[in-house]
Amino acid sequence: MAYLDIKQLRKAYNETEILKGIDLEINDQEFVVFVGPSGCGKTTLLRSIAGLEEVTSGQIVLDSTDITQLPPAKRDLAMVFQSYALYPHMSVKENMSFALKLAGIEKAVIEKKVKETAEILELGPLLERKPKDLSGGQRQRVAIGRAIVRNPKVFLFDEPLSNLDAALRIQMRLELAKLHKELKTTMIYVTHDQVEAMTLADKVVLLNQGKIEQIGSPLDLYTKPANKFVAGFLGMPRMSFLDGKIVSSGTEGIQVQLAAGENVSLPTRETSLSTGTPVSLGVRPEHVSISDVANGHLQARLEVSEHLGSDTYYYVKTPTNESITIRSDNQNKVNDNEAVGLQLDLTQCHLFEKEGNRIY
Amino acid sequence: MGTSITMSNTNQHNASAASTKTPLPTPLKPRKSLGSFLVTPSVLILLVWMIVPLAMTIYFSLIRYNLLYPGDNELVWLENFEFFVTDDGFFAGISNTLILVGSVLVITVAMGVGISVLINSSFWGQGIVRVLLISPFFIMPTVSSLVWKNLIFHPVSGVLAAIWQFFGATPIDWFTTYPLLSIIIIVAWQWLPFAILLFVTALQSLDQEQQEAARLDGAGSWSIFYYLTLPHLARPIAVVVMIETIFLLSLFAEIFTTTGGGPGYETTNLAYLIYSQALLQFDVGMASAGGLIAVILANIAAFFLVRVIGKNLTDKP
Ligand SMILES: Nc1ncnc2c1ncn2[C@@H]1O[C@H](COP(=O)(O)OP(=O)(O)OP(=O)(O)O)[C@@H](O)[C@H]1O
Ligand SMILES: [Mg+2]
Repeated sequence: MAYLDIKQLRKAYNETEILKGIDLEINDQEFVVFVGPSGCGKTTLLRSIAGLEEVTSGQIVLDSTDITQLPPAKRDLAMVFQSYALYPHMSVKENMSFALKLAGIEKAVIEKKVKETAEILELGPLLERKPKDLSGGQRQRVAIGRAIVRNPKVFLFDEPLSNLDAALRIQMRLELAKLHKELKTTMIYVTHDQVEAMTLADKVVLLNQGKIEQIGSPLDLYTKPANKFVAGFLGMPRMSFLDGKIVSSGTEGIQVQLAAGENVSLPTRETSLSTGTPVSLGVRPEHVSISDVANGHLQARLEVSEHLGSDTYYYVKTPTNESITIRSDNQNKVNDNEAVGLQLDLTQCHLFEKEGNRIY
Repeated sequence: MGTSITMSNTNQHNASAASTKTPLPTPLKPRKSLGSFLVTPSVLILLVWMIVPLAMTIYFSLIRYNLLYPGDNELVWLENFEFFVTDDGFFAGISNTLILVGSVLVITVAMGVGISVLINSSFWGQGIVRVLLISPFFIMPTVSSLVWKNLIFHPVSGVLAAIWQFFGATPIDWFTTYPLLSIIIIVAWQWLPFAILLFVTALQSLDQEQQEAARLDGAGSWSIFYYLTLPHLARPIAVVVMIETIFLLSLFAEIFTTTGGGPGYETTNLAYLIYSQALLQFDVGMASAGGLIAVILANIAAFFLVRVIGKNLTDKP
């Protein structure tokens, strides 16, 4: 059982507040991923949970015991560091048995546990080696193994895959997902890689400047972003935003006048908006398509196109100088600087008010 | 006079030459002949530098050559060696040298590690404390020995005497009661900064995350010190042991300025014994023989040091 409850957690270095009141509940066996731009406080939050960082105020409760003031070793958490932090003078086996040895556990028991763990992680033949004689991926596995043998309530990972090359990262990602299924332990995982967040997480926590922007399943965050920041952060290429004004809102939908084109009508029943409210229309690249110049919701001019083989990305500019990205799976050749029409999938568009919150 | 200087040179040269015999990175194959050709001049100079004094010392050691009795310097073969080895001072010289080197090594390494770990955390006045800790190294051995002798250990005017008197005890005459210990204290005081300097630098490259990982694994300060810090310091400890051994084997100034080898032979080490043969008894032949014996002993020590420690140095961490 591991139920982690974080209440109003604050952390300040000198005068600058890094974590500005984090409220978060993590359920048993959940795989939680912290994402956010660089410097938003992901590592700080993780280290506060681990006890490596003293918090300024707030509470961390693990299974109804308050662990806020406990030293790291007493918290029953294990952490995997970005640099792996293996003990360089110990063999793989000694690295993995270190915590158990310090806890005074019997030699035979340690031996058995290390062996089991080595089997799960396919480290068997490497047990006698020193960390310097291992590849990056193997070191990563040892670091994970060192956490597993302790049988902790919660695993903490700080960007564990960022030092690996692209192919190995994908492989380790799959192995981590498998490991989570096998161990059925709560895991908290920090990354700035969206793909890792989307594929691994049961629950994504999106942080920005020390605050939580949104918590939810990966698909929830993708399809129902709480605000413009979340919408813009998730998705590659990013969502495009177009300025506009509410023309009318009623039971049949909202009419928005786009600065760059004609009126569009969104199928929503939101009626509390007054006419003339400035809004921002967000549309993901896969929900825009290129049509004849005459037929589109708006006209634009192609700036660059990128052909990736499976997809093509078109980057276009509207007459009002707003950029829109289009993802298309057909290989139609469009010349640079050619005028094109854009068709928006209006059921998939989002509407944000000026403060950033999502209206639709 | 000249003989004594060349002898101490040979001594150090041999010891340091032996210590660099550890495997060097091999250069690329095709360049090898060109490479050896290019280093030839420096190797030759080095050889001449070593061989000429060595040859002269060997020659002097085989003849009767006493400045007090000028005359024919007849060849006496190993007689000088025999006299030197059977001299009363010889056994004392060897054992004092070993005790001196051994104790200073233990003191500087143990205290050096302790002090370095203590001052590695940040505290107020850190900079000044570090400078103070390093500064004894910049004081000339003769000066510091005299300061210790006249201002600290002196039974009348010394600081320690004042402290003893303050507590109503009779002051100790250090150089008469504990002559060798006094010298060990002085030399350890001089070499401690060197050890601290190396250890502090090494500690700064100790990985922070490893320590945090160990804390999460349940390690306290002592376990972190024992399992992480100490193994990390193995290399600088090896360096300190090697360098200090090389220099301490030929320790001289401190003994000369304080005890003059006495009382009796109690603080006479090999270097001082050779000096007393050459310049107090003017027996150049015997002093040369002693010098050669010292060279052989230094090489034996260097051989074992390289065996035990050299491997540690060339191993990648
Ligand atoms: N010891 C410290 N003293 C002062 N400020 C700090 C300290 N450690 C971190 N910070 C600041 O806290 C903020 C958050 O840092 P943190 O390491 O948590 O970011 P992050 O989200 O993990 O970023 P990244 O994705 O780049 O790893 C940063 O602005 C950083 O400058
Ligand atoms: Mg970070």
